[in-house]
Amino acid sequence: MQLNREALTRAYRQMKLIREFEERLHEEIQTGEIAGFTHLYCGQEAVAVGVCEHLTERDKIVSTHRGHGHCLAKGCDVEGMMKEIWGSQEGLCNGKGGSMHIADIDKGMLGANGIVGAGAPIAVGAALSNKIDGPDENGKLAVAIAFSGDGACNQGTTFEAMNLAVVTKAPAIFVFENNHYSEHTGVDYAVGTRQDIASRAEAFGMKVWRADGTDFFSVYDTFRDVLEYVRVPGNGPAAVEFDTERFFGHFEGDPQRYRGDGELDRLRAERDCLKIFRKSVTGAALLDHADLDIVDADALKAIEDAVTASRAAARPAPENVLDNVYISY
Amino acid sequence: MAKLMYRDAIRNTIFQEMQRDSRVVVLGEDVVGGMGTAGGPEAIGGIWSTSTGFYDAFGPDRVIDTPISESAIMGAAGGLALAGKRPVAEIMFADFIGVCMDQLWNQIAKFRYMFGGKSICPAVIRMPCGAGYNAAAQHSQMISQFVTNMPGIKVVMPATPADACGLLRQAIRDDDPVVFLEHKFLYAMSGEVPDDPDFTIPFGHARLARAGQDATIVASGMMVGYAETAADDLARDGIGCDVIDLRTTSPLDEEAILDSVEVTGRAVIVDEAPPRCSLATDISALIAQKAFASLKAPVEMVTPPHTPVPFARELESAYLPSPAKIAAAVRKTLEYR
Ligand SMILES: Cc1ncc(C[n+]2csc(CCOP(=O)(O)OP(=O)(O)O)c2C)c(N)n1
Ligand SMILES: [Mg+2]
Repeated sequence: MQLNREALTRAYRQMKLIREFEERLHEEIQTGEIAGFTHLYCGQEAVAVGVCEHLTERDKIVSTHRGHGHCLAKGCDVEGMMKEIWGSQEGLCNGKGGSMHIADIDKGMLGANGIVGAGAPIAVGAALSNKIDGPDENGKLAVAIAFSGDGACNQGTTFEAMNLAVVTKAPAIFVFENNHYSEHTGVDYAVGTRQDIASRAEAFGMKVWRADGTDFFSVYDTFRDVLEYVRVPGNGPAAVEFDTERFFGHFEGDPQRYRGDGELDRLRAERDCLKIFRKSVTGAALLDHADLDIVDADALKAIEDAVTASRAAARPAPENVLDNVYISY
Repeated sequence: MAKLMYRDAIRNTIFQEMQRDSRVVVLGEDVVGGMGTAGGPEAIGGIWSTSTGFYDAFGPDRVIDTPISESAIMGAAGGLALAGKRPVAEIMFADFIGVCMDQLWNQIAKFRYMFGGKSICPAVIRMPCGAGYNAAAQHSQMISQFVTNMPGIKVVMPATPADACGLLRQAIRDDDPVVFLEHKFLYAMSGEVPDDPDFTIPFGHARLARAGQDATIVASGMMVGYAETAADDLARDGIGCDVIDLRTTSPLDEEAILDSVEVTGRAVIVDEAPPRCSLATDISALIAQKAFASLKAPVEMVTPPHTPVPFARELESAYLPSPAKIAAAVRKTLEYR
């Protein structure tokens, strides 16, 4: 734990912002106001934040269908994201993309993705671009990160991307978020190496790390090492597997019949990264409860404001369908 | 006859065929849905509820829950079929054809011809398709244009529960590979379905969903219902339309289209795919070629624009064809001088 008060507060705020964003969406979706499919990131906040707190705007990330956390952690505008999910013309993608396709290229956020496994090759491409651009004045490369789930690690595209990164020594990082489920199916069934995705990456010739994804400090400290390694020109890619939990259904509306009795209560009680963070920083007297409570209130207000703004935001007009096309017939 | 939802017609037909023929096997992501979990093995029985109860009835050898690996699903369906089984593979969303195109297009579609007729490939690939609930650019697409363009593949687009049953049974019993494009938005549609366990609908025979003398509307899948609504609206103004439900886009019932256009002299083609190189352009060309002399007005196409499917409600409705757009196109052919 080498973080000062300010950095700790910032990390907590980022995690809390994601949590409140998702908890609020969970409620708003029940009213039917929000269209489409929404996959919530609740429970996995420490991964997105523990990774992205290390990054600069030159570093790129490629996300998944469960992308809100990655977007927020990489600095996407809360209001712009909320408006996008609301389908507003003022959303980050002008209401064209929605929850599954939020992107903000200027922020180094190359897109959430509706196609499972599609992100890893894109991240390798971005990493190769970073390699071509070469190291900065400190001799370090910018990296590109592919977030993938335990389900996505079964896709051929993911395998091909890992091998391509190894043979080209691309500064790519494969972050596997193992939340034990791909939709309704358990990782024990779908991943042949059982609870071990990192060993697959290792078999491709990569250096790998593993850490507890519910503990911000475990993610943060591990990822520092990963980054240090990949930023060195010539080292090539690396992979890291985080053991984490998803608190909501696969998508909003999922009956979650695959869960065991009391599973969610147990996860919320024992594997909640926000509770774990609060406990460790207050226990070590780095921050006190009052500091964190201020952040909580602050995050809640940011979300409240974003929702209010989204409700009032301009709707797209039918003719906007033809924006961003080079020809129409 | 029993009143069934489209999705249940699909589920029941596969179930019955699995009972009848031990070579029929099912594979796909979450078709058991719950493997390796506390609530499993079957927690969901397919995300579209089209394989509920299969695992208990037929076990893991014939109900194969796959990891997220569309290329392997598609290819394994091809291999199962070449080796004598009758696989019914589910690609969870038709959009994911992008992930497994090679195994369909270069493999499954070509076996019979390329191997000099020495093989059959009785694989059914079910692909839930289409727009209608704001699932955005990668979960809403119509892919009929790609698969109809593939020599060797039969393409089915059922528009009603009865057709879903009769055409799916035909697909499973057929010796050629069939892409079965069930429309996600029709899953909850209910209708009468024959009880006959051998009820099949032959491929290449369109259905006349409405009859009229003034114009011909050609549609498939979800567009059939839209065309029927348009025809009913127009009928109130004394305009009569034939609505031709293609049922299968390959083989195509050319005769049904041409016979109708010969009477009406006006044709409106409705297609959920973008406008270039699609069913709409294909059928327009057919009419221009073979019914030119009967035409009293240019053929009209009602299609989405040449764009991906947008997310926001307003944008998706602007994107999709609608009964109003279809009716307007029919009126345009009638007003043509
Ligand atoms: C190519 C493709 N196949 C299937 C799906 C449907 N799908 C969406 S998310 C998902 C599960 C993904 O699991 P995982 O990678 O573990 O991510 P998680 O949902 O746990 O975040 C599936 C099967 C998809 N969107 N794209
Ligand atoms: Mg997962």
